[in-house]
Amino acid sequence: MAPLVEVEHLEKRFGAIAAVNDVSFTVAAGEVLGVLGPNGAGKSTMMRIIAGSLAATSGVARICGHDTRAQPRAAKACLGYLPEGSPLYADMTPEGFLDFVAAARGLDAATRRGRVGEAIARLQLEDVLYRPIDTLSKGFKRRLGIAQALVHDPRVLILDEPTDGLDPIQKGAVRGLISELSADKAIIISTHLLEEVDSICHRAIFISAGKVAGGGTPRELHARAANHNAVSARVDAGEAKRTADLLRGLPNVASVDQKTEEGATYVVATPKDGAFIADAVAGALRAAGVDASSLTVETGSLDDVFTRLTRRGAGARP
Amino acid sequence: MSAIWTVARREFAAYFATPLAYVFLIAFVVAASATTFYLGDFLERGQADLGPFFMFHPWLFLALIPAIGMRLWAEERRSGTIELLLTLPISTGEAVLGKFVAGWLFAGLALALTFPIWISANWLGSPDNGVILASYIGSFLLAGAMLSVASCVSALTRNQVIAFILGIGVCLLLVVSGVGAITDSLRGVLPSGVVDLLASASMLTRFATLAKGVLDFRDLFYFASIIALFLFVNTCVVEFERSA
Repeated sequence: MAPLVEVEHLEKRFGAIAAVNDVSFTVAAGEVLGVLGPNGAGKSTMMRIIAGSLAATSGVARICGHDTRAQPRAAKACLGYLPEGSPLYADMTPEGFLDFVAAARGLDAATRRGRVGEAIARLQLEDVLYRPIDTLSKGFKRRLGIAQALVHDPRVLILDEPTDGLDPIQKGAVRGLISELSADKAIIISTHLLEEVDSICHRAIFISAGKVAGGGTPRELHARAANHNAVSARVDAGEAKRTADLLRGLPNVASVDQKTEEGATYVVATPKDGAFIADAVAGALRAAGVDASSLTVETGSLDDVFTRLTRRGAGARP
Repeated sequence: MSAIWTVARREFAAYFATPLAYVFLIAFVVAASATTFYLGDFLERGQADLGPFFMFHPWLFLALIPAIGMRLWAEERRSGTIELLLTLPISTGEAVLGKFVAGWLFAGLALALTFPIWISANWLGSPDNGVILASYIGSFLLAGAMLSVASCVSALTRNQVIAFILGIGVCLLLVVSGVGAITDSLRGVLPSGVVDLLASASMLTRFATLAKGVLDFRDLFYFASIIALFLFVNTCVVEFERSA
């Protein structure tokens, strides 16, 4: 089956500035793609182009096989979109607003009632249905924005920062909802919360200065962190130097650092190319009689990958 | 078609979301009556027709119609909801038409609320109601033409005040090009052919015939063309902003 979202060499120029520069990727049904990148990297511009509110300078975006430019209506029909900042008609009530979106999506009155009710229940909007949108809290506004995106049960969802402005419990609920929806849909979310990549994304791409600076599954991304598989051993302060020297002598160890956190001393061994050195470290410590009170293997922080990929800028392909 | 209606319904309801709509309707009816009685000498002239009522419409509309049209697109852009609107399976043309229909219906409602003046005329004498109906149609068309201008300039900015002032400015140009004093002074500068063309393109000149109750096809065609032209430009402006 063809991917539900296909983006090929998408480019958007504002004058001399390329806000989106040769971006290509696909998203299949059942997949959640996370789009990461610093503010102003072009994430939202890219999502606006795919959703059809902005025209690309060149390149193609297809939703369910429909070219967003040649067949905009067909493409938009299978798409739900939460724009950046979740803009809403402030003078309407959530109920009226959802009904308007459903009607504009071509649902008849009977279907509309059912779907609107479903969206309301899914996003827990029951308490605010008849209040002007203007008076709603940020969290409710965001959830209403998500509700309007899925009111017509689209096959493709594009959500620009879906959990921004939500409290931790609401964040969890929205993530749960996205995971649940992803069973038969292709979903693209943008975020700057790296934990979101681990919790809901099957794949992520990093956008930097309009280009795809890298990407992969969360596991692959973690593996690219400098501290992936690094081992940190908590030792007595007096043993730190001896431990560090000991670990430096091990094969596959690239560097050894010491750090002190809350009075405890840690010796951290970083492997070459993310090699798995935990067994070797444990063995060496035991053989030398060093009493490590804890031994932790780092999975590799996405922060580190994020910083490295975006600082290096464009170049690498996913 | 149903998409146009969906947009129009939402937009029409939006007028009544704030008390502003009621203020507007009352202001229009009061202003229309005041000009009729005080400036138009409705009672003193002793004729049972609504001439003094309709003759002030171009000038009343000049302030009131841009006020109806100013929010149509500027507000969408300011609040960012244009992102939503443009990603619904609605064409830009349908959105433009839907918004225009809503504003035009609102203007029509304001016009309909002036019915007490019509009743007064019928109570005081026996006017030609056919002429009055034709004049109302002409007035409604004039409102539509000015609204299409206001809607079009509203798409140029995200600031409603700027949209309002621009709307008044463009409508004013289209009205005063038919004022006698202005065409006369232009005659000294421009060839008379050009002046005549400008005068004939004036809403004031066109409305004058309609206000007399004469539904001339050329005048109807003129107002329809103005509406079509400005709504087309409106669509182009929205499309342009999408690709800019």
